[in-house]
Amino acid sequence: METKILDADAIRTMQDTAPTAGGVSKQKARISRLMVSPSVLLLLLWMVVPLSMTIYFSLIRYNLLYPGENEYVGLENFRFFVTDLGFMAGMTNTLLLVGSVLLITVVFGVLISLLINLAFWGQGIVRILLISPFFIMPTVNALVWKNLLLHPVSGVFAAIWQFFGAQPIDWFSELPLFSIIMIVSWQWLPFAILLLMTALQSLDQEQQEAARLDGAGPWALFWHLTRPHLARPIAVVVMIETIFLLSLFAEIFTTTGGGPGYETTNLAYLIYSQALLQFDVGLASAGGLIAVILANIAAFFLVRVVGKSLTDKQ
Amino acid sequence: MADLTIKNLKKSFGDVEILKGINLTIKDHEFVVFVGPSGCGKSTLLRSIAGLEEVTSGHIYLDDREITELAPAKRDLAMVFQSYALYPHMSVRKNMSFALELAKESKETINAKVAEAARILELEPLLERKPKELSGGQRQRVAIGRSIVRQPKVFLFDEPLSNLDAALRVQMRLELARLHHDLKATMIYVTHDQVEAMTLANKVVVLNQGQIEQVGSPMELYHSPANRFVAGFLGMPKMSFLPATVLVCDHQGTRIQLDDGATLTLPVDGTSLRKYSPVTLGVRPENIHVADPAESHFTGRLDIAENLGSDTYCYVKTSTGETLTVRTPGNFTCNFGQQIGLSLELDQCHLFDDQEQALPRLERIAA
Repeated sequence: METKILDADAIRTMQDTAPTAGGVSKQKARISRLMVSPSVLLLLLWMVVPLSMTIYFSLIRYNLLYPGENEYVGLENFRFFVTDLGFMAGMTNTLLLVGSVLLITVVFGVLISLLINLAFWGQGIVRILLISPFFIMPTVNALVWKNLLLHPVSGVFAAIWQFFGAQPIDWFSELPLFSIIMIVSWQWLPFAILLLMTALQSLDQEQQEAARLDGAGPWALFWHLTRPHLARPIAVVVMIETIFLLSLFAEIFTTTGGGPGYETTNLAYLIYSQALLQFDVGLASAGGLIAVILANIAAFFLVRVVGKSLTDKQ
Repeated sequence: MADLTIKNLKKSFGDVEILKGINLTIKDHEFVVFVGPSGCGKSTLLRSIAGLEEVTSGHIYLDDREITELAPAKRDLAMVFQSYALYPHMSVRKNMSFALELAKESKETINAKVAEAARILELEPLLERKPKELSGGQRQRVAIGRSIVRQPKVFLFDEPLSNLDAALRVQMRLELARLHHDLKATMIYVTHDQVEAMTLANKVVVLNQGQIEQVGSPMELYHSPANRFVAGFLGMPKMSFLPATVLVCDHQGTRIQLDDGATLTLPVDGTSLRKYSPVTLGVRPENIHVADPAESHFTGRLDIAENLGSDTYCYVKTSTGETLTVRTPGNFTCNFGQQIGLSLELDQCHLFDDQEQALPRLERIAA
């Protein structure tokens, strides 16, 4: 639901920033408006119906344990959600998760794609191996990490720790948020690599040679040529990843269940636990609306950044 | 001073030998053009000089300093690329000052040098623009400006005009010639366009299959090509070639017989030839004239005439099937299939032996 609203918003903002085509007659404009109206209407319904239902639910008392008692409660649900113990934790965890995964995937994505852009034997296979985690579904990914890699008794990491004589770490109870960040980064790093790798292949060779003649070393080449060239794909990676990472759910559900305490609860998981664990639909709707606002704020800034880099580099 | 010396330079990609031992000396202030067909190694040679390609063996000296193994930036050379290779996200000013900033020169020096280059190339109003906002000719000038600011000893150009349209190419060609004169710089220029080679160069280097075929001034190459390749490569339209056999050869000249029976006596030194050995006669279009069949050297059937206004190029088929190109005045008219007589300017003809090497002309004996 958040994602849908965000998409519509993104499209609207993109259209606003796009230059208007000059010289189109009013007649033509009316026809084209008529032609696109069915799809716009459908999209509007698609968006407006769930949104208004959510707003309606958020303003009434709507708990599945007490059917029939659906009286109007004003902003009580919002007050309740915001003052909930989990809310601040959920906010912080959401931002921490999105921020760190973005940082990790962009930094390592750039480094790895620079590395595999060099010619070496077996390049094709290495590239496929690097991309493949993206095609594993989040639940399976989380289970593999939970049971095969991070398990304190039978996990690969535990075996490595034991080999060096160290005490194995119980990842999900000692470093729960870090573990989630690790898992999600592993899942999303290939996406960044894929986009950045293709971008690197379109980097002009003669420009690099010209810069070498101008006296640029490897670092200057990266800073003055590669980095500006990658600005746009990086912006795209950041925007798309943010949209998906804000609503991260499967990895948390499969591994920690939001715990211990609220340590790995993000907003999406908090809403889920309100609606389906505590059966309070009204409260969950209020939470959903808060998440929508948060996502829109993020989308606003991201679209600004991406839109700017798109118009800059055209 | 900027004397470039190349000694026995070789370059291979895997098993393929691209440069097969190049020896060349380029003097200060010279405008040298490397010309040759595609794949002859001219670009590889230029890139080896620039340091963008590692050479397999051989040496390159700039003045008395060996630069064979030196990093590109340390060679004191600047290069203008075919695609211009401007940095897309930098303004024209930044593009030109980039090398100076990397060299950590002072702000005043950079500004002065950029301003000077912009003045020479008339780029002042464009300094704050990005490359994508410039036309092809302007980009070309920025690329040249980028090399001027570095004040290199040698300028390298890799087919710099091939991306421009015909009118702009002529204009840029003149500007390059003017620039060479103004900067008094040593320039090396790669092209496959012989017009550029003839008009710009002091010295033309004709390359073929990784070897130098001939080095000389444009006129030297045009009037006394060393071999059949150079003779055929330079000149528009091409020189025509006719197979022939030697009848008599002595110090007075060489008498040959063409395949269709006509005999000619050429003022070339044929003492190295033997009787009846096969040779090739080369004649440029402007050295053949249409004449009365009775007084001409031989006859042919007119195939096609191309009228260019100033000249008409006639393609004439001889009785043995060879095609000769003949340059006639623009008002020349002739019918398709008509039999015409041709006479040759014998002292302007070239004779090549069976090794395709040109035979030396005899000094004109005082008549």
